[in-house]
This record gives sequence, structure tokens and C-alpha cells, in this order.
Amino acid sequence: MIENTTIKPVIDIQNLKISFGSLNVLNDVSLQLKSQENLVVLGKSGTGKSVLIKCIARLLKADQGTITVLGEEVNALKTEDLNEIRKKIGFLFQSGALYDSMTVKENLEFPLRRIKKDLTQSEIDAKVTETLANVGLEDVLNKMPSELSGGMRKRISLARTIIVDPEIMLYDEPTTGLDPITAEEISELINDIQKKYKTASIIITHDMECVRTVADRIIMLKDGDVYKEGSLLEFENSTDSYVSSFFKTKKIQ
Amino acid sequence: MKKIVPIKNLKKYAIDKTIKVSEKSIEKTSKISAFLVDTANVFLFLTRVFKNTFSRGFEFKEFLKHCFQIGNKSFALISITGTIIGLVLTIQSRPILIKFGALNMLPNMVAISLIREMGPVITALICAGKIGSSMGAELGSMRVTEQIDALEVSSANPIKYLIVPRVLAATLMIPLLSIFAITMGILGGWIGANIKGDLNFVLYISQAFGKVEFMDLIPAITKTFFFGAVIGLVGCYKGYNAGRGTESVGIAANTAVVTASFLVILVDLIAVQITDLILQ
Ligand SMILES: Nc1ncnc2c1ncn2[C@@H]1O[C@H](COP(=O)(O)OP(=O)(O)O)[C@@H](O)[C@H]1O
Ligand SMILES: [Mg+2]
Repeated sequence: MIENTTIKPVIDIQNLKISFGSLNVLNDVSLQLKSQENLVVLGKSGTGKSVLIKCIARLLKADQGTITVLGEEVNALKTEDLNEIRKKIGFLFQSGALYDSMTVKENLEFPLRRIKKDLTQSEIDAKVTETLANVGLEDVLNKMPSELSGGMRKRISLARTIIVDPEIMLYDEPTTGLDPITAEEISELINDIQKKYKTASIIITHDMECVRTVADRIIMLKDGDVYKEGSLLEFENSTDSYVSSFFKTKKIQ
Repeated sequence: MKKIVPIKNLKKYAIDKTIKVSEKSIEKTSKISAFLVDTANVFLFLTRVFKNTFSRGFEFKEFLKHCFQIGNKSFALISITGTIIGLVLTIQSRPILIKFGALNMLPNMVAISLIREMGPVITALICAGKIGSSMGAELGSMRVTEQIDALEVSSANPIKYLIVPRVLAATLMIPLLSIFAITMGILGGWIGANIKGDLNFVLYISQAFGKVEFMDLIPAITKTFFFGAVIGLVGCYKGYNAGRGTESVGIAANTAVVTASFLVILVDLIAVQITDLILQ
């Protein structure tokens, strides 16, 4: 989209390596996320896509390599500075991670109260309503997460993530487990959020429809390394059999 | 596709948790056994909980919520159990005391055994079951469904927000519930005394507390605080450090109950020894 080579990347990962015991999950992964771009990370289940973005938010600590987020090396940060960086990161968890002991409203207020401490109650209420509208929901404020459908839960999670105006969005399989129509709506939402909030995003997915809707650039992981990087067009026209096995398969519906 | 080697994974996994708990990585050599890593984890967890208990920003609302939940969950069970224990103690001791011609000692004996041992231990064991398992399951499912990760990303401190209020609530509520259990037990004893005899309530109470000394109460109540802390800490530790995958929730709840019950008995033993030393 916006070509801007002079601006430093928002996220710069160099030679990231992480293993769990004898299991080497990521061997040597380097990637950059540029300002306001949607970067799709592709790969089979279990290749370490979730591990990769968890390292970015330092929910997991890398064994080797550097991860620079907005100019800060996250592995070297102290708790307070790490929290400052985390405030600028929106993380949509694969499972949604809604707090199931709280209502929808409390779920949305939680990050708001902790991250934007100077808001008044009426400002908070306005922000909650506005954000819910942005993800296409209303009248759910007092529901518990368990009362909602999968698609609604995804939207609420998304709302809870964007409510604090993050600069970077990390989406972990945002459309997995949703019906094709809802999946398409969520993909559109990802684009809307990018336009509206001017975020840079990493989107992990293996839903090809989602890839086609959101991707500015694609990185494919295989066996702990970056296998291929390029635009959607390059991937779709690739003659590599591994790459085309992703792009040629018909979606089972 | 073959799944990962479980044992080796487990070790690295434990080390990872250590990183999470302590933000410091432990040197991983192949010789460190899972046991040592576990011990280190427990220690680091305790330090972190301790630090966060005394640092700024106490989650008072959460604390009250958990106090209420603990009381609410165990109240009925503890009152019934307490009454029955008092009743049974009375009925069982009666023939022996008659043999020794010391029937008027009955209320006092029941009261002392309830205060010193039965009340606190029964309460703690019931709570190890009810509170320990619910904390293990609750926090375990929060871990598995990434809610704890989500808290961290929202720059909330999960130890401060989730663990400290629960541990403190258990530490406060289990003594209160113990006192309640003792009271119900003494009432149960009165019922028992009236099944085969006729004992006026005022007389019963004055006989029951006639020989109860301050030094019966202090050690008994003191140890209940430790029971509470142990139950809270074990439940939280097991839940907070639950593995990945839904089966981990069950494992966390189950091991929390087993470990907490065992530790309660162990603390009781230590408490008896210490009391003995002091009172000599
Ligand atoms: N905290 C952890 N401890 C141990 N193993 C883990 C942990 N997180 C992920 N793994 C393992 O790392 C591999 C990659 O996981 P993940 O990143 O979730 O895959 P995916 O690409 O499907 O998101 C899996 O084999 C998983 O079992
Ligand atoms: Mg994943």
C-alpha cells in the first residue's frame, strides 16, 4: 500500500530462535512489519505462528535473536517499559480470551481503565458503545461471554483489543472456526480497522479467503524458517508445490 | 505426524513457566531434573506473590469478591459438618467418660478437641477440596484459554490481579470459617448431650468453656491462617501454572486438592510441634 522506505519498521525481528525442550519451533526467523501494512503469516498448524506473535508481546521469551517493537528491544525491557510497549499492541487471541467471569461491558472496560487511566465514566461508556458499533454489535453490553455465538465472541474480542487504540495489531487466526460468511465479515473488519486506526498488523491465518481480503504482503513459515516472502500475486502465481498446495486447495465448506 | 517427546518437553515447559513467573531464565542443563525446576518454580512463585502482596495497588474489589465467594461456597457444608462432628464426638466419648466417672468433663472435652484440632482441620480439609479445586480450575481455564495472556497484554499484572486477592481471601476466610465450625460443633455437642441425658444450655456452655484457656485458642486460630494461606497458594499455583490443552484444567484442579490437603496435615503437624515447644 503505502511505500515508505525511509520510516523504520514498526516491528523488526532478527534471527528469532525459540525451542521447547528438544522441539525447535522457530530456528531463524527474521521479518519486518512496516507502518500501516497488513502482513499475513502463513504456515501449517504447529509451525510456531502463535509462538512467533507471543514472542512479540513477550508472552514468551525468545532463546535467541532480537525483537524490536516501535524502536524498543522487547527482550531487554523492564516490566514498566514492557507495559508501555504492550499498551501499543493489540493482541487478538486465537481463543478470543474473553474474561468469562465478566460481562461484555466489563470486558471492554477492563483494558480501558488500566491503559487510559484519566477517562471519566461517561467517556468510558461512550468509547465502549462506539467501539462495539465499529465491530458491528449493539445490545450485548450486559451479556456474559458464554451467552454469545462464536462470531460475536470474536467481535467482542476484537472490540476489546482496539478499544485502547493500539498502533500494532496481532491477529491469531481471526477467522478460524467461523462460518464462511462471518469469516468474511471479520476479514473486512480487519481491513476497516487498518484504515480507521492506521494500524500495522500481523495476521496469522490459513484461511485463504482471509488472506486474499487482507494481505498486503505474505510471509510463509515452514519448519521453523521463513520459506517464502512476497505479495499475494507472487504467491498465487508461484510454481513451488508447497506454496501452491496452500493456494490451490479448494476451501471445504 | 508424531507428537513431541513428552518428558523433554515437560522440562523445557517448566523452564518456560519459570521465565513467566520470574522474568529470569534458569540455566537449562540436561541434568536439571523436573523436580528441581518445579521446586525453583514454587519458590519463584512464592517470592513473586509475596512481593506483589506488599507493593502498591491492592485489588480490594477482587479481594472482597473472593472473600464472599469462599464464605458463600463453604458456609452450608461447614455448618452441617461442624454440627455433626460435635454430635459424634459427644456420643462417642460419653461411654468412656461414664466408665471413668467423669461425665461432667464431657462438654469441656468436646470443646477442647473441637477448638484445638477438629474445627480447624476439618474446615481446612473441606476448603482444600472446595476452594483449592475451584481456584485450580478457574485459573487453569484462564491459562488455557489465554485469558492470563490477555491480562498481561492489557498491562495488568496477573499475580496482583488474580493471585494476591485469592490468597489473601483464603487466608482471612478460613480462620473465620474455622471459628464458625467450632461454634457449630459445640452446638452439635449440646444436641448430643441431650440425646441421652438432660443438660441445660447455659450449664453446658459454662462447662464447655470452663477449662478452655487462652492458650488453647491462640495456637489453634493461628494455625488456621496458615491453612488458609496454604490452600490459596496451592490452588493458585496449580491453576496459574496449568499446562496447555483443556485436560490441564482438570489436572490443575485435581492436584490442587491433593497437594493442599496433604500440606494442611503437614502444617498441622508442624503447628503441634511448635505449640508443644512454646508451652513447655
Ligand atoms: N508454551 C509452550 N510450551 C511448550 N510447547 C509449546 C508452547 N507453545 C507452543 N508450543 C509448541 O510449539 C509448537 C508451535 O505451536 P504454535 O505456535 O501454537 O503453532 P501454530 O503455528 O499452529 O500457531 C507446537 O508444537 C506447540 O506444541
Ligand atoms: Mg496457533
